Amino acid sequence: MKTLVVVDHNNNKLEKSTLNTIKAALKLGNVDLLVLSDSCRDICNELIHIKNINNIFTNENDAFKNQLAEDSANFIAENFKDYTNILFSNTSNGKNIAPRLAGLLDTMIIPDVIEIVDKQTFKRPIYAGNAIATCKSKNKINIITIRSTAFEEAEIGNENVGKIQEIGSLTTNNQTKYLNSELTKSERPELTSADIVVSGGRGLGSAENFQILEKLADKLGAAMGASRAAVDAGYVPNDWQVGQTGKIVAPNLYIAVGISGAIQHLAGMKDSKVIIGINKDDEAPIFSISDYGLAEDLFKAVPEMESKLN
Amino acid sequence: MKILVPVKRVVDYNVKVRVKKDETDVELDNVKMSMNPFDEIAVEEALRLKEKGVASEIIAVSIGLPEVQETIRNALAMGADSGIFVNCTSKLEPLSVAKILTSICNKIKPDLVIMGKQAIDDDMNATGQMLSAMLNWGQATFASKLEIQDKKIKVSREIDGGIENIEVNLPAVVTTDLRLNEPRYASLPNIMKAKRKPIDEIKVEDLNIDIEPRLEILKVEEPKSREAGIMVKSVDEMIEKLKNEAKVI
Ligand SMILES: Cc1cc2nc3c(=O)[nH]c(=O)nc-3n(C[C@H](O)[C@H](O)[C@H](O)COP(=O)(O)OP(=O)(O)OC[C@H]3O[C@@H](n4cnc5c(N)ncnc54)[C@H](O)[C@@H]3O)c2cc1C
Repeated sequence: MKTLVVVDHNNNKLEKSTLNTIKAALKLGNVDLLVLSDSCRDICNELIHIKNINNIFTNENDAFKNQLAEDSANFIAENFKDYTNILFSNTSNGKNIAPRLAGLLDTMIIPDVIEIVDKQTFKRPIYAGNAIATCKSKNKINIITIRSTAFEEAEIGNENVGKIQEIGSLTTNNQTKYLNSELTKSERPELTSADIVVSGGRGLGSAENFQILEKLADKLGAAMGASRAAVDAGYVPNDWQVGQTGKIVAPNLYIAVGISGAIQHLAGMKDSKVIIGINKDDEAPIFSISDYGLAEDLFKAVPEMESKLN
Repeated sequence: MKILVPVKRVVDYNVKVRVKKDETDVELDNVKMSMNPFDEIAVEEALRLKEKGVASEIIAVSIGLPEVQETIRNALAMGADSGIFVNCTSKLEPLSVAKILTSICNKIKPDLVIMGKQAIDDDMNATGQMLSAMLNWGQATFASKLEIQDKKIKVSREIDGGIENIEVNLPAVVTTDLRLNEPRYASLPNIMKAKRKPIDEIKVEDLNIDIEPRLEILKVEEPKSREAGIMVKSVDEMIEKLKNEAKVI
């Protein structure tokens, strides 16, 4: 059974969740990797030490720089039809490309997998994680996206394992054109793989007030997250949103400040190892899933906590 | 310009769903149902394009049991012009829905399909991408802003690192994200008016499409629950617990 992992990256660096996806793929059979980029070398240098992989296929093409779904899906459909499993990380790239590929190959995508029961049986959350469905696939090709927080990372050794091989050629699409992007700049750890996440909600009240939370995050070396309400209100950028329809995180410590704890928010963080809630309303639902809750005004509690940490 | 907006009837987002005792599904009896929130955003965006004079006609489509006509009526009450009801009693997965929508697109030839990025019941995030693949159209997923110029649509997409701007030739499929707009409520007069708007019925059998599910649901179970924690009295106690009990800082 041939299994392919489509590597997620930003053309310079590997997207960390790829390692979790590779770990999941190794449960399904022999694993090959595919790198589509305008510059594959640095990424391949990272991939080559991953244990137990076979081939690293590459296609270097300027068109892949912006990873348009039309180009990536066409290329994969043309060159990897004979694979049994094709896996992606459940990142915004994976969510964009994988279902399009499934549409081209007439196969039902299996998104956001959290457990591989056997080679045709997968578990995935539904209804904002309030239920877990076990699905048995009758697909000829399984196209799967992996929830990275549910799998360990693949191991990296010292030896060069994977064999790098350029394959295929791309006919670029004439439907969609990349224009530009406005990326959020941050020195902080990446939200979905951080050890500690400090998240703020509507309770913060303004963009300026978020600074008190950011100070706490920087003291802890944490990533910043937010509720939908804080993003909608324009306090913070969209890529901070944690939840059912935002990012899924499972850090060692999740600090929810001024967040009520709606099911859609909980869906994105309830697998964190330790959760603390700070909310002035002692009946806020966030406390029902907090290991430690503090019912206090955040404008008092957060600066105090920041000053007392060393 | 003609816009097609697929709408799905789902459990209302305020309902906390429960798994059935026999673990075959979640409990759907006597549960409040509503239009999928992302689809409301899609309807709203289509209406705004019509109000700007860019679009001339908005058609809402829903697939399923007769109840889904209520959802179509909601879209009509918001302001869509007409509806298509695809009568289908079998369980559907995104692959089949995309095939049915492909067949409808081939028939009515919309210039643009605007649909939700995901349905909040099965959380698949797949139908829009599959549909555009089947039609061989361009796709713009997770849209937070869109603008139509000539035969092109410029879309700002919410991605993991921030925002990406792309330009897609029409016809195209756009999937909506939360920040695209805030959907309007239907006014009472519009709800009354919607009762007279036409809904075409199509029987899924007449489309000759293979809708046999490819994923068999073996079981639906409760997720692992978290043990209830404790309330601390002060920041000092919080820090002490995090350091010495949880050992996470
Ligand atoms: C389709 C759909 C998808 C969604 N997806 C997501 C998602 O992915 N992620 C997400 O987060 N939400 C999502 N939501 C929204 C979700 O339902 C909630 O509306 C949202 O999470 C609420 O955000 P909040 O907790 O910040 O705001 P609120 O619910 O308004 O809570 C604010 C909290 O702050 C507390 N507070 C106020 N002032 C203070 C103070 N001075 N000190 C301490 N505490 C204070 C209040 O007591 C309150 O509990 C979605 C909703 C829909 C319909």
